[in-house]
Amino acid sequence: MKQKTDYLRRTLPAVAVHAAVVLAWYLWVELGDVPQYVMPSPLDTVMSIFEEYNWLHNTLVTAGEVFFGYLLAVVVGVGMALAFSWWRMLSDTFMPLVVSLNMIPKVALGPLFIVWFSYGFFPNVIIAFSICFLPILLTTARGMSEVEPELIDLVRALRGTKWQIFTKIQLPGSLPYIFSGMKVAVVLAVAGAIVGEFIASEEGLGYLMLQVQVTLDTAAMFMAVLLITLVGVALYGLVLLLERIFVVGDSRLEAGA
Amino acid sequence: MSESFIHLNEVRKVYRTRGEEFLAVSDVTMDIDVGELVSLVGPSGCGKTTVLKILAGLHPHDGGTVRIGAGEHDFDPSRDVGMVFQASLLLKWRRIIDNVLLPAELLGLPKKESLDRARDLLHMVGLDGFEDKYPYELSGGMQQRAAIARSLVHDPKLILMDEPFGALDALTREKMNLELLRIWSESKKTIIFVTHSIPEAVLLGSRCAVLTAGPARMADHFTIDLPYPRNLDMKTHERFGVYTRRIYKLLEME
Ligand SMILES: Nc1ncnc2c1ncn2[C@@H]1O[C@H](COP(=O)(O)OP(=O)(O)OP(=O)(O)O)[C@@H](O)[C@H]1O
Ligand SMILES: [Mg+2]
Repeated sequence: MKQKTDYLRRTLPAVAVHAAVVLAWYLWVELGDVPQYVMPSPLDTVMSIFEEYNWLHNTLVTAGEVFFGYLLAVVVGVGMALAFSWWRMLSDTFMPLVVSLNMIPKVALGPLFIVWFSYGFFPNVIIAFSICFLPILLTTARGMSEVEPELIDLVRALRGTKWQIFTKIQLPGSLPYIFSGMKVAVVLAVAGAIVGEFIASEEGLGYLMLQVQVTLDTAAMFMAVLLITLVGVALYGLVLLLERIFVVGDSRLEAGA
Repeated sequence: MSESFIHLNEVRKVYRTRGEEFLAVSDVTMDIDVGELVSLVGPSGCGKTTVLKILAGLHPHDGGTVRIGAGEHDFDPSRDVGMVFQASLLLKWRRIIDNVLLPAELLGLPKKESLDRARDLLHMVGLDGFEDKYPYELSGGMQQRAAIARSLVHDPKLILMDEPFGALDALTREKMNLELLRIWSESKKTIIFVTHSIPEAVLLGSRCAVLTAGPARMADHFTIDLPYPRNLDMKTHERFGVYTRRIYKLLEME
């Protein structure tokens, strides 16, 4: 019972403030007599879903680009962090490079990727991947390096293998870090996919936004932004769920830690 | 006299880092019998941890003889060592019972038997009912008990303890001393116990080895002839004072 009221107390303000924003938006548009092509009302935005823009298909395309780019980033980021932790040489050589690469605003590479990989679903996956894999790599590498050396001694005294150290200690120990990197990476992956669609694409929500921009269908543009956000929220929710399953409550880290 | 369980003779250890050599242990000689609890005292940085690491087979030594196991008490270096450190080093994401089971998993011991044994050990260290808790739900002393249970789960013949109670408050520490004495008498293991506390060394040890500072050299090595079971009252015992003074003197702290 107490838990339930606690939960309500925490979520109620969040729900209320969102509702208030939508209401303010509605009142402003209705009472302020704002032209629809500048600012559609919340209702106009919702109604635009019934227009013939192939919403479902475009959303699935964007979601697919985000998801596969993200998945690839998790696999490659964690894999590279593992390799770095196993071979000091590798880490000493490439870690500075990785840090430098991290400084490049990856969206600026978008046009290059189009040149290299042509355009469409796959290049957008690559852009999403490239923009979000470095944070995952960096946080994971940090997590792996944070294993107490004495714990490694304990395993080595029993002639434990590197693989055992990885599966039983390093990987579970760095999960909180991996998840904090993964949470940061969600927004980046979505941004990457959309940038790809902006630059060159024939489908996806980013592509759709450019199409409806021409006809000044601002309501549809709002809808597209909303759907893009929902794609990100869905992925974020999935990550939170996995974190809940795999990381013991006490050791969860805030995103970006 | 039969052969001792552990035989160290003029053991030397040189650390090499970035081309520099550092003599950490120069001449450690001692013999330890099965079932002894040897306390190892010495100033910080004198090489106590290094000696333990050599015994655990984690570092090669650079000179002298290290032999563990004799006759019927054979010793398999890959599975007969249990270790306890100053930090409990429990895995945060594992329940206590699964933490205790770690060495058994590493060695691939049969699951069912290991689980039974882990439960018995948790009982022995006084952690009944904490099997399914996570480490953060335990106090520092309790975490250290779990670490001791973990060091015993694969039934090793030699337990190496590196200042296991160094991070505990004075009261908990004394309580854990008595617990360790009980656990030792119940498990009949050979234990090497590194400590900075001279009274602790005397209270616990059946034998005491004193190392002097850098590089570690065996300054003295003697039997502590106080009756078991020991209790805290013995600290006021005259002979207790004789032993502590003897160690203080060796470490030139008088
Ligand atoms: N891996 C290593 N490489 C180089 N030098 C080392 C290494 N480990 C320890 N040393 C050095 O060897 C000496 C002995 O270290 P050791 O850890 O054995 O001391 P200790 O007696 O356990 O000290 P403390 O009581 O503070 O734990 C120290 O001077 C230390 O700097
Ligand atoms: Mg030490």
